[in-house]
Order: sequence, then C-alpha cells, then structure tokens
Amino acid sequence: MDAILLARIQFALTIMFHYIFPPLTIGLGWMIFMYNTRYQENGNPVFRQLAQFWTKIFAISFIIGVASGITMEFQFGTNWAGYSRFVGDIFGAPLAAEGVFAFFLESSFLGILLYGRKKVSQKMYWFSSFMVALGATMSAFWIVVANSWQQTPAGFEIVTEMVNGVEVQKAVLTNFWQAVFNPSTLPRYSHVITGALTVGVFFILGTSAWQVLKDRNTEFFRMSMRTAVVPCFLVIMLTMGVGHKHGHQVAETQPAKLAAFEGIWETQTKAPLMLFGLPDQENERNRFAIKIPGMVSLFIGGTFDTEVQGLKDFPKEDRPPVAISFWSFHLMFYMGMWMAFVAFIGVIFWINKNLLHHRIYLTVAALTVPIPFLANEVGWIAAEVGRQPWVVYNLLRTQHAVSASVPGGQVLASIIMFSLIYSLLFGLWIYLLRRQFHKGPEPIATLEAEVK
Amino acid sequence: METLQIIWFLIIGILIIGYAILDGFDLGVGFWHLFAKKNGERKAFIQSIEPFWDGNEVWLLTGGGALFAAFPPVYATVFSGFYLAMMLVLLGLIFRATAIEFRNKVDSDRWRKAWDFAFSFGSILPTVLFGVAIGNVLLGLELNAIGDYTGGFFALLNPFALFCGIVGLAMFAHHGALYLAMKLGGEAADRASGWAGKTWYAFLFTLMPTVAIGLRSAIHTEQRWIPMLFILLTLAAHSVAFMLNKKRKAIAAFLASSCTIAFLMLAVAFALFPTMVPCTNNPEWSLTLFNSSSSQRTLGWMLAIVLIGMPVVLGYTVFIHRIFRGKVEVKAD
Ligand code: HDD
Ligand code: HEM
Ligand code: HEM
Repeated sequence: MDAILLARIQFALTIMFHYIFPPLTIGLGWMIFMYNTRYQENGNPVFRQLAQFWTKIFAISFIIGVASGITMEFQFGTNWAGYSRFVGDIFGAPLAAEGVFAFFLESSFLGILLYGRKKVSQKMYWFSSFMVALGATMSAFWIVVANSWQQTPAGFEIVTEMVNGVEVQKAVLTNFWQAVFNPSTLPRYSHVITGALTVGVFFILGTSAWQVLKDRNTEFFRMSMRTAVVPCFLVIMLTMGVGHKHGHQVAETQPAKLAAFEGIWETQTKAPLMLFGLPDQENERNRFAIKIPGMVSLFIGGTFDTEVQGLKDFPKEDRPPVAISFWSFHLMFYMGMWMAFVAFIGVIFWINKNLLHHRIYLTVAALTVPIPFLANEVGWIAAEVGRQPWVVYNLLRTQHAVSASVPGGQVLASIIMFSLIYSLLFGLWIYLLRRQFHKGPEPIATLEAEVK
Repeated sequence: METLQIIWFLIIGILIIGYAILDGFDLGVGFWHLFAKKNGERKAFIQSIEPFWDGNEVWLLTGGGALFAAFPPVYATVFSGFYLAMMLVLLGLIFRATAIEFRNKVDSDRWRKAWDFAFSFGSILPTVLFGVAIGNVLLGLELNAIGDYTGGFFALLNPFALFCGIVGLAMFAHHGALYLAMKLGGEAADRASGWAGKTWYAFLFTLMPTVAIGLRSAIHTEQRWIPMLFILLTLAAHSVAFMLNKKRKAIAAFLASSCTIAFLMLAVAFALFPTMVPCTNNPEWSLTLFNSSSSQRTLGWMLAIVLIGMPVVLGYTVFIHRIFRGKVEVKAD
C-alpha cells in the first residue's frame, strides 16, 4: 500500500478515536458545573451527589482523551512533514495557543476537582468545576481555528523560496485576525461545541435511563434523567440550527464540497434535496434517488431560485469522493432528526410528569446513547473527506503533504500498534464505566460529612 | 532583524527545561515505582504526583506546538526523522497516563500488578528515548536538501546517543528520588533519600564519558566555552544537591537538582546555537534558527501569546502546588 494512503488511514484512526472523548468531556463538564451551581444555590444534597457521580464518569473519560490527544499533537510532524513545512507559519500558532491558554488551565483545575475536594473551600471547588468546563471548551477553539484555516484559508500569502537550490512553497501569515477568524471558524466552532454538548446531555439521559430500567439506584438516576431532558431538547435544536448556518458558509466557500454533500451533478436552480441515493462518481449520476424538488436551493438561499453549483463544474481531479461525503453528511442529518425526536417526546413526558414510567421510552433513550457520538464522527468525516483532494483547500494537495522520509512499513507498524492500544483503551473505558454505574453514587451521608 | 528568532530559540529552550524539571520528577517516580516495597507505598508514590502530572505533561505538548509554530522545518524534520522512536514515546506516555489514573480504581492484585508494570515501563521508555533523541540532534543528522532525514533507523542507535539516553535516565531517577524524599514521610522518605544518594553517582559517572565524547563531535557553536561553562554549572548544582540531600534538606535538594537539569539543557542548547539540527553530510544544509524560523509576524504574535499566557500558567502551577502542599501519607496495606 502506498505511504499516503497509510498516513491518511493513521490520521483518521487516531483522530476519530480521540474525538470520542473530547465532546463527552465538554458536555459532561458543563452539566457538572450546573449541578455544582445548583448545590451552591439551594444546598440540596442530591445535586452534590449528582456532581460527584458524574465527575467520576468525567474523569475516566477525560484520561483517555488526554492519552489519545498526545498522539495528535505530534502527528503533524511525524506523518505530515510536507504539510508542516507548508503551513507551519500559520498552523502551529493555534496549536501552541491551545497548550498555553487551555490545556494548562484544564489540567490544573481538574487536579482540584478530582483530588482536592477536602483541601479547598466550597466556593473554590465550584469555581474549579467552572474552569474545567471552560478549559475544555477553549481547547476546542484553537484546534478548530487550525482546522478551519485549512478548510477556508485566509490572512496569508504564498511565497516561493529557494532552499539549498530546491524551490519550496509555503504559506506565510499576513493578517493574524483574518487567519484566526477565517470564514469558517465561527460557524464551525459553534457547531462543534453544540455537537459536543449534545453528546454530554444525551449520555446522561440515556445511561441514566438504562440504570432505571435495570432498577439500580433508581431514585438517583431518575433525578439524573430529569435534569437532562430539557437540556437535550435545547441543545439538539441549537446544534441543528447552527449546522444549518454552517451549511450556508460551505455553499459559499467550498461549493464543490456542498455539491458532494447533496449529490448534485448539474448546476441548477430549484436544486432538489436527495433523501436517499447512491452517488456514482464514475458515471456522474445518482442511482435509486429519492428527491424533494427545490429544497436545497431553499435551504441555501432562502428561495427556490437560488442557483446551486454542481460537481460537473469542477475538473474531475478536484472533486471529493462523492458517496462518502454524501452519506456521512446525510447520516449526521438523520441522526440529528432522530435525537430531536427523542428529546421532544422526553419533554412531553416530562411536562406530564410521567417521563420515567414508560419502559419503551427508557429503552429508546438508552439505545440513543451512541447516536450523538456517531453524529459527531460522521460530521467530521463529511467535513474532512469533502475537503479532498486538498489538504489545504485549493492550495496544497494531500499527496504533497506526507512525510517523505518515513517508509510505508513504519507507518503500517504504527497503525497496528495504535489499533491494539486503542482497542485496549476502549475496552477499559467501557469496563470502568460499567463498574462505576453499578457502584452508583456515594450515599448522601458520606458526602455531607465532608463538607467544610 | 534576528532578535525575535533568538528569543524564540530561548523560549523553546525554556519550555523544554520546564518540561524536563516538572515531568522529570514524574518520570523518575515512575522509575522508582519498580522498587517500592508494598502496595501502600506504591499507592503513595502515585498519589504524590496525581494532581500534577497532567499539567506537567502539557509543557511537552506546548513545547511541541511552539516548535511547530516558530520553527516548522525543525518540527517536521525531527519528528518525521525520529518516527519509530516517537511512536514508542507515545506508547509509553499513553500507558503512563492511564496507569496513574486507573491503578487505584479497581481493588484487585492482578489489576494493580498490570498497571504497576505499565506505569514504570511507560516512564522509563520515554525517558531513555528523549535522551537518545537529544544525543542524535547533538551529533547531527543525515539530511537531504529540503531537510528530510535520510539516515535510516539504525543510525540513530549510536553509542553517544545511547549514552545520552542513560544519562537522562540517571538524571530523572535522581530527580524523582529527591521529589519522593520531599513528598513522603518517615521510612519511605529515608529510603528515597538513599536512592537519591546512589543515583547521584550514576548520573555523575555516566555524564563524564558522555561529555568527553561530546566535546569532540557534539559542539557546533563557535563559542565553545559557553556550553563548557554550563557543564561546570551542572556539576556545581549537582554537588550542592548531594550535600543538601545528605543534610536531609529535601525541598532545597530538589530545587538544586532542578537547577542541574536546567544547566544541562542549557549546555545542550548552547552547544548547538545557532544551529538547531546539524546536517552531517553537508553542513550548509543544517537547520539553523535563522534559516528555519517562521515569519517575523508569526513570531511576534506568538511572543504576545506567550507573554500573556505563561505568567498565568506559572500562576496555576504555584497555586496547585500550594493547595496540595504537605506530605503524602504512606498507609499500611
Ligand atoms: C472540539 C474539540 C477538539 C478537537 C477537534 C480536538 N481536540 Fe484534542 N482535546 C480536546 C478537544 C479537541 C479536549 C476536550 O480539550 C481534550 C480532551 C481531554 C483533554 O484533556 O482535553 C483534548 C485533549 C488533547 C490533548 C491532551 C491534552 C492534555 O494532556 O491535557 C492533546 C495534545 C490534543 N487534544 C491535541 C489535539 C489535536 C492535535 C487535534 C486535531 C487534530 C485535536 N486535539 C482535536
Ligand atoms: C476531531 C475530529 C476530526 C475527525 C474525526 C477527522 C477526521 C478525518 C478523516 C476521516 C480524515 C481522512 C480523510 C481522508 O483521508 O479522506 C482526516 C484527515 C485529516 N484531517 Fe481531520 N478530522 C478531525 C479533526 C481535524 C482537525 C481538528 C484537524 C486539524 C487540526 C484535522 C486535520 C486533518 C489532516 C491534516 C488530515 C490528513 C490529510 C488529509 O487526508 O486531508 N482534522 N481527518
Ligand atoms: C441536522 C442538522 C444538521 C445540519 C444541517 C448540520 C450541518 C453541518 C455541515 C454543513 C457541516 C460541514 C461543515 C464543513 O464541511 O465545513 C457539519 C459538520 C459537522 N457536524 Fe453537523 N449538522 C447537523 C447536525 C449535527 C449533529 C446532530 C451533530 C452532532 C451531535 C453534528 C456534528 C457535526 C460535526 C462534529 C461536524 C464537523 C465539524 C464541522 O465542520 O463543523 N451535526 N454539519
């Protein structure tokens, strides 16, 4: 197999594994902060119990996020040396800023949250839980800046220079703020954060529902579910709304990607929304298509008359893999609809105060736990595969980004190593979570005894 | 203007020194974990670094990010050149992280044994490899015109680099033992202090031959006396650490050993200056801080980020060490 393909497989494998955990910890972080705040406000010990229990779940997940994140930080240098030389002037700064502004903050206050409960005042403990959530949310910012720049580069110029007699091109910063707030930074950041919150709240809803079904610590987990229902609804609505805005930006800045998302070959007004279909890249058409006329034009421009560019407008070698882009984007969309449905029914039951008595609903909520994780993963696949064949959109092709000095065999060996380690870590994660759920929360009496 | 480039060379140096001092003691504790007697002691070892290690590791991550931002060709050349070694470092750091957090989560002997192994292995492997990497950078690498490493994997396993790996291990083991002597009480602290005494010699006797070889082939700067001066300072600080440890002034001894580490790293930095990666097959192709830096604009912005951010980071570090000050109790099993 060629080295480029291997390097791509390795990147996809390691980042997709990493990305299971950050969204969960961002979402849980804010819920834990909410519990601590409620406890500060009304002194109801149940909120303390909730905060304490979910902090344990948070800690187990956080650590795997850290372990897999270390890999990511060095991956650009190890596997993508060509890329690093080309974009370093711009891309490295956000990576460093992420460390300086976010990781330090997060890790320091997490120390207090996990091991300092008896060493600091109530107020300080509460504040630490805020800082941990904030730190997680901020670290997402800088990495999203870096990624967004490679999707929609801005604030730079391309210079060509001679290095030891070889002509080398690179991107050089011309305007810092334009590079940071490039056209896709804000849409992407808001969508990534709302997507992360979605993971956290549905995780609390679904795993609690499962415990109620199994009749373990039922009272506690009912309370837990009750706190999650309304956040689920609000957050999924926000995610979808923000995602819709994000779509406008893609249409404007990366038209080939949008055409691939929607499986549109011909430039047209009244562009249809394809609910189902099998895009066929070779013959430039879709098979078994089921379409709603005009909907994509309406979504993008607000009227049926909006013109949407088709893939045939782009040279063949500049088109992304259409079927993967189409299906990952559509799966994200469908999963969003499904979560909205689950949250909506939840709210109805909650208003009628009988949320916790429908076994069917509890089962559905429990089975929905993997859905937000998957939606986040396919969302990134859509965004990243849709960017192909460019690693930096319209500037650098993926084939020029790879490390020339690393033999394919070494990449393959490291893929095997990471697959083994990550499978092990994933198994451990599940095992430790199960144990924690079976053990349940600490009794209120124990917790109250600790309060300073 | 070359001032910014020189400033950035120093900042990268400071980040690496910060990492070596701070994560150095975690890695050293990981080494001594092998020699801990009972479960209670092993547990206390881990507890002594539990609230800090993640923050310490962030120095490495930030150093990596800063190197990428300030000297992209160096980041690209070094990490792709040391590909397999880097993968093993990652392997080690991943297992160390999980071991620290998971070891005390399940009450079973087999579980703990497995994580004890992972913790020590995950500390020793990266320590040695960091040393080997520094040794190879000091010697210089075989590169092509655009800076891709062409030397092959086995060229990295040369005697000088391996020596540097062992020096690194001895240095962190010494540092970690002093940390334990400071953080633990009673009998455990006595033993840790004894370990520090022994590894004191180990560091000295591995450093001497390494410096001797290094004098011939690893000094690239014109001002040879500067790295030499730092080597002398290293030895001075190291002797002070010895005396303080003898007198059982644990905190002061630990600070002295932090200075030892800082001086040795500065010796490395100034042995290279202004080169960052010497090229062995054609000295013209060496990566220097002048020909490999990012643009002035990027360096300027990055400097702003560091000047705003790092004081706050130091604030957190002091703050969290204050909250968790005091000794960790070693419980009987
Ligand atoms: C949307 C959010 C997001 C995205 C897209 C990424 N990460 Fe991440 N990362 C986080 C959000 C996050 C986090 C929530 O902040 C984590 C999870 C656990 C933690 O420590 O912080 C984290 C951890 C984490 C760590 C460990 C930090 C520590 O030890 O405390 C590193 C080095 C990275 N990440 C690096 C990366 C790189 C190089 C990425 C891109 C290719 C990346 N992450 C994608
Ligand atoms: C965190 C969630 C992310 C996921 C799940 C993800 C997913 C993927 C996938 C599936 C690929 C392979 C695409 C292909 O080869 O067709 C890829 C490639 C890549 N992505 Fe991402 N990505 C994520 C975030 C990022 C971020 C934050 C960055 C930059 C900081 C980034 C930079 C890259 C690069 C450099 C490649 C390799 C070159 C390429 O194939 O384009 N990705 N990613
Ligand atoms: C149903 C309504 C949704 C719409 C219209 C929508 C829209 C979009 C669009 C257009 C992109 C691609 C951006 C690009 O390629 O540059 C995207 C990416 C993404 N989506 Fe969604 N999305 C929706 C739901 C969701 C849900 C429910 C989640 C997760 C819970 C999610 C998570 C993501 C993620 C993680 C990305 C990749 C990062 C990014 O580029 O923002 N999306 N979404």
